Amino acid sequence: MKDEVTSREERIENLKGMGCSRKRVEDARFTQGKGNYVDDIKLDGMLFGDFVRSPYAHAKVVSINTEEAMKVPGVLAVLTAADLAPLGLHWMPTLAGDKQMVLADGKVLFQGQEVAFVVAEDRYAAADGIEAVEVEYEELEVLVDPFKSMGSDVVLREDTVDDAGKPVDGAHGPRKHHNHIFTWEAGDKDPTFEVIDAAEVVAEETMYYHRTHPCPLETCGCVASMDKVNGKLTLWGTFQAPHAIRTVVSLISGIEEHNIRVISPDIGGGFGNKVGAYPGYVCSVVASIVTGKPVKWIEDRMDNLMTTAFARDYWMKGRISATKEGKITGLHCHVTADHGGFDACADPTKFPAGFMNICTGSYDIPTAFLEVDGVYTNKAPGGVSYRCSFRVTEAVYFIERMIEVLAIELSMDAAELRRINFIKKEQFPYTAALGWEYDSGDYHTAWDKALKTVDYAGLRAEQAQRVEDFKAGKTRSLMGVGLSFFTEIVGAGPVKNCDILGLGMFDSCEIRIHPTGSAIARLGTISQGQGHATTFAQILASEIGLPADSITIEEGDTDTAPYGLGTYGSRSTPVAGAATAMAGRKIRAKAQMIAAYLLEVHDDDVEFDVDRFVVKGAPERFKTMKDIAFAAYNQAIPGIEPGLEAVSYYDPPNMTYPFGAYVCVMDIDVDTGTTDIRRFYALDDCGTRINPMVIEGQVHGGLTEALAVALGQEIAYDDMGNVKTGTLMDFFLPTAWEVPNYETDHTVTPSPHHPIGAKGVGESPHVGGVPCFSNAVQDAFRAFGLRHTNMPHDHWRIWKTANELGLHG
Amino acid sequence: MIPAAFEYYRPKDMAGVLSILEEHGDDARVMAGGHSLIPMMKLRMADVGHLIDLQDVEGMSEIDISGNTIRIGAMVTQHDIIDHHALSAAAPILREAALQIADPQVRYMGTVGGNVANGDPGNDMPGLMQCLDATFHLTGPDGEHTVAARDFYEAAYMTAREDDQVLTAVSMPKPAGGHAYEKQKRKIGDYATAAAAALIVKDGFTCASASIAMTNLSDTPVYSEAAGAALVGTSVDDAAVGAAVAAMLGDIDPTEDNRGPIAFKKHVAGVILRRAIERAWSRA
Ligand SMILES: Cc1cc2nc3c(=O)[nH]c(=O)nc-3n(C[C@H](O)[C@H](O)[C@H](O)COP(=O)(O)OP(=O)(O)OC[C@H]3O[C@@H](n4cnc5c(N)ncnc54)[C@H](O)[C@@H]3O)c2cc1C
Repeated sequence: MKDEVTSREERIENLKGMGCSRKRVEDARFTQGKGNYVDDIKLDGMLFGDFVRSPYAHAKVVSINTEEAMKVPGVLAVLTAADLAPLGLHWMPTLAGDKQMVLADGKVLFQGQEVAFVVAEDRYAAADGIEAVEVEYEELEVLVDPFKSMGSDVVLREDTVDDAGKPVDGAHGPRKHHNHIFTWEAGDKDPTFEVIDAAEVVAEETMYYHRTHPCPLETCGCVASMDKVNGKLTLWGTFQAPHAIRTVVSLISGIEEHNIRVISPDIGGGFGNKVGAYPGYVCSVVASIVTGKPVKWIEDRMDNLMTTAFARDYWMKGRISATKEGKITGLHCHVTADHGGFDACADPTKFPAGFMNICTGSYDIPTAFLEVDGVYTNKAPGGVSYRCSFRVTEAVYFIERMIEVLAIELSMDAAELRRINFIKKEQFPYTAALGWEYDSGDYHTAWDKALKTVDYAGLRAEQAQRVEDFKAGKTRSLMGVGLSFFTEIVGAGPVKNCDILGLGMFDSCEIRIHPTGSAIARLGTISQGQGHATTFAQILASEIGLPADSITIEEGDTDTAPYGLGTYGSRSTPVAGAATAMAGRKIRAKAQMIAAYLLEVHDDDVEFDVDRFVVKGAPERFKTMKDIAFAAYNQAIPGIEPGLEAVSYYDPPNMTYPFGAYVCVMDIDVDTGTTDIRRFYALDDCGTRINPMVIEGQVHGGLTEALAVALGQEIAYDDMGNVKTGTLMDFFLPTAWEVPNYETDHTVTPSPHHPIGAKGVGESPHVGGVPCFSNAVQDAFRAFGLRHTNMPHDHWRIWKTANELGLHG
Repeated sequence: MIPAAFEYYRPKDMAGVLSILEEHGDDARVMAGGHSLIPMMKLRMADVGHLIDLQDVEGMSEIDISGNTIRIGAMVTQHDIIDHHALSAAAPILREAALQIADPQVRYMGTVGGNVANGDPGNDMPGLMQCLDATFHLTGPDGEHTVAARDFYEAAYMTAREDDQVLTAVSMPKPAGGHAYEKQKRKIGDYATAAAAALIVKDGFTCASASIAMTNLSDTPVYSEAAGAALVGTSVDDAAVGAAVAAMLGDIDPTEDNRGPIAFKKHVAGVILRRAIERAWSRA
């Protein structure tokens, strides 16, 4: 028999389990153009719907005339708020406890807002129909600046005031002003202020983390198909959380949840843009109910950039205090959060500013205080987490900039300042001043490894020489050494404090072993390019001893997959990955009983070994998992039900806390503002590493999006609320040309509470990368007196920095 | 991103093109590679009722180098220019510039004729053609005409070409001396923040002639005669380059956009020109 001649190493290798760089099983179809995205779905008689959008950022909608549009050949219907109002669907809830207009209800609050939905036989007729809809607007004063909004008499949202014009409470408590959404606080105010006021050294800085957009390659869209015969609604769409969408659709439409089937097919990137619910979904469902035909809605690129969820737009004011030696004593952060016309974040209910309270970072800061004020403006709604856990990029950017500013204040090396303030290995689990319990970490080891690999001292010596050469007129190029050390908080989350719209943030996995020893596993998450079909099969292979190649992973169909909260916030591996391991262990427990029966020994006398159960002390007596699977279905075993299946719903006891140490070396042309990234080193500690190749791919992708955000990617508005960066000509999406060679590295500090010790990695490189690129730019000018300058560091802004520092002579 | 309905034509010869143009007047437009025109139609910024595709029209895709003259058919693509060895040898600045236009996909489609006829100040070839002192060949209902590239551009999207004329080719004397096309852009596929084309002929240790043109720094390309003149007769030392830059700055008129404010653009234009001159001089 083959088994007997196969060594244990070979058996491990055959499984392609955890730790192996198994090739991505998804890539065969993606690289051949055989993926099945929502726009590939074509149904008989399918119609196409698209929006009339507002050209104005703030205007009264005086009238909408659809007469001419209805005459356009192929146009079947034009929906307006007046049509949706009787169904109560002209507004919808957002995931942040706010509500949002589905179609303009008397006014528009941002440029590009949905005003009417034209339903036509195809998208060409829909486009002509849109042109023919006549909307009369009356322009209103536009507020694009959150600070001005907070002082303005203009009431953006009538639902924020009572009849007397007084602000009424919002979803998260009292409003300070009619354009104010919420205040959220964490930590202790008075003790923090006392510490800072009494400190030997205090550094203060105000920074603007500009508005940007996740800009997935595939835009948002859906196909709604209402079967009037059996009353079932099928909704295909670009959903990062298909089950949550099903529940939301049921709640707002009144259709019973069992009559709704939500399917996320292949998704071309999400990055937070595809978590929330959009007017396009509601209108497609209504249009399908009205017409009795399937209706498709797909955004074009401008729709996507201008209207569906943006990210960031945080004005952060910080104070950090320390002793003369550099030991940090306190931190205060105030954020003014611009949410646009509606608060359409997708944060857990109790966290209207996400996990911004991770802003003490990787440092042992004894006292801290955070306050966040959310504000309405005439910009697109959102505030989603773009390739990060809820607001974690903002938090990490804030602390990593504050550290740099403090280093300047102290005239200290920023690497050393970090080192003396890191939470020490022996302090974990560590409870931070703003409440989180960090599960594990070994920051000093990672930091030392990073600095040694890049020859940090050598870089600083080279930089000093460059400054001298610059001052002597020998070069016009400066050198920046960007540092960042980040701690993420991912894997939301424990149901006791994490829910979205009341839905607990557990996740799930259901496994069925087939009689011949292969398997299918279904999860409540949904891959958007992360490679779940590859890596989750690897977790299972190691847990249940069947080859990963014999395990199908399926996600995204709510009729077949167990309930889960989806994929964002790096939660798939920490939560659904844990469920997968736990379900696998249930399979293994039953397999153990079957093996013992087959081997005619007591349950405790067999033990698991790679792909089989062996009799303890007699390894020649064994049953492979394949044998066991067959017996499970085909042999009558006393006291054991036939079959081999398991399901696990995993409610994580805590978040996981991946961390990493990044270094960027950059040359900057002072005269043109252009940058050249000479080196980028990224050390990631994501705990147990399931597939090193997939991790590397995630790191490359996340760093590239970090580069984009730091060096140019923004959603910019003019004073009239017009979007200035609505196409990819102006919205910076880096290509292979702009991307440097990345060096990746790792340490491994497993999560103590996660069944396989994994922490999640998809978002780390973005979270750590943005401050690293930004710090490199800012560090280049430190010798010339720069403390802080805001991103994005595109050419003209870098030039402006140099100019203001007098470097252009 | 869907254009309004239009009629599509694909004539086989110039006569066919001209008759459709005549019939529909300014409701008709010719299309070459479509990489400027189609995006405008999709944004519904260009309303073209009758679209005449030039792809099948004979006689506009040749590159001809004879004696001291280079002639490039209007339908020659930017990629063809990069790929043509004899042309690269005869006028290396064409290849150097073409490689800095857009990205490979766009260059496979985008043509020389479309690039120079478009009239978008962001296009690189108009300035390049002015630097090379090229001549544009137009054909229309009343026969063939030629216009100097330096006289062709009137304002953004406004050129000396009449609506019923088709640009068939560009021609130019074989350039002598050293060359450089220097362009700053935000990323691959972007139009210039500032670009400079420079040709410098050296005689002994001094500059015998110099031709300089700038891109995306006004509503038309800018041929800066004064900048060239500032170099002639000098050893192209720091002072001469400074004078050329100062002269060029007097000729450009940039506007603020997402690439940056006016002061930045002027500064970068100076830096870019300085580099172009230095490189051209080093090759002269
Ligand atoms: C992503 C992207 C990036 C780009 N980046 C750059 C860049 O960096 N630099 C640059 O220079 N260009 C750039 N372009 C433009 C590109 O080079 C175009 O191909 C070029 O501007 C037009 O050439 P075309 O053949 O595509 O012309 P078309 O788009 O077909 O036509 C453009 C205009 O010229 C007219 N026209 C075309 N041919 C003739 C003719 N023979 N006679 C009369 N009129 C004619 C058309 O009617 C139309 O008005 C970019 C384009 C894209 C899509």
